Amino acid sequence: MTEPAAESPTAIAARQGWMRVLARAGLDELAGALAACPALPDHLVLRGPQTGLVMLRGRAGGGGAAFNLGEMTVTRCTVRSAGGQIGHASIAGRDGARAELAARIDAALQDPSLHEVFTARLVAPLRAAQEARTAADARRAAATQVQFFTMATMRS
Amino acid sequence: MLVDLPGFADPVRDAQACFRTVLAAMARPGTVHQAGEHLAPPAGLHRATAAVLLTLVDGETSLHVTDGFEVARDWIGFHCDMRAATAGHARFVLAERMVDLAALAAGSDEAPEESATLILQLPELQTGTSYLLDGPGLAHPAPFRARGLGEGFVAAWAANRARFPCGVDLILCSGTQVAALPRSLRITEG
Repeated sequence: MTEPAAESPTAIAARQGWMRVLARAGLDELAGALAACPALPDHLVLRGPQTGLVMLRGRAGGGGAAFNLGEMTVTRCTVRSAGGQIGHASIAGRDGARAELAARIDAALQDPSLHEVFTARLVAPLRAAQEARTAADARRAAATQVQFFTMATMRS
Repeated sequence: MLVDLPGFADPVRDAQACFRTVLAAMARPGTVHQAGEHLAPPAGLHRATAAVLLTLVDGETSLHVTDGFEVARDWIGFHCDMRAATAGHARFVLAERMVDLAALAAGSDEAPEESATLILQLPELQTGTSYLLDGPGLAHPAPFRARGLGEGFVAAWAANRARFPCGVDLILCSGTQVAALPRSLRITEG
């Protein structure tokens, strides 16, 4: 298989893509999807799982000046798998087990011999489920949308 | 950045234990304590040095790492959430050789706690040049031996002592040994 160089922009984007899917998946979903995959390699925890706060910043209004929206609880974990890959995960909430599992899967996805099977059997189904959920939410929200027209628009 | 070695196995308890050790070392200047026995730091970093860094440095303190820790630099950055600063502004300075104490942050008379703490990794403690320590924490002048503090150390320390309450505190690390020389100490060659 053709693995792009680890630091190339496409490789970074691909890794961000699967890390995002892993971060959004619940512990049950991850464990369920893992049942279809080969066993994860042994691992050593390098850091965490540790929970901390991250300041979320937002922009509103015409000026677009950033303001502090609020703090969010985030748990992160870093592991080294038996193959030497370093896996990271940062997830919302305080579930250390979930962060550690996501980090282990991130490490496995960087292993060329495991990348394809984990992508096909774990990342792809989770991504599809998450996209379906997002689309369903968007449809529900769209039904409640109110369109505002100005007088100028209505006259024309 | 590739960090493939862990830090403390139990960050909270291990850091608390090491903090207690540093506290004891500061309270009884020159006494030698053990730290970091269970750590496996990267090449170039002694276990005691690694333990002291993991304990004292975090994202809210600044650290200046002098040349000579190329291999360990990423590990320190990853595990300590290191905020880098120049030698003159950093709250902690990590070095393998004695640095110019007068060039480090010494605090001010209103806020002497804003001074730098120099974490100095030495080849050996308890052997090498003999010094005589005297000051708060010591009932009687006590002998102290260390290798690698350099030729002009006693004079440089006298200048550091003269700035009290400002001045730099020194934590010495070697292998798994830790000792401390707070700024209130008087040091003579002996």
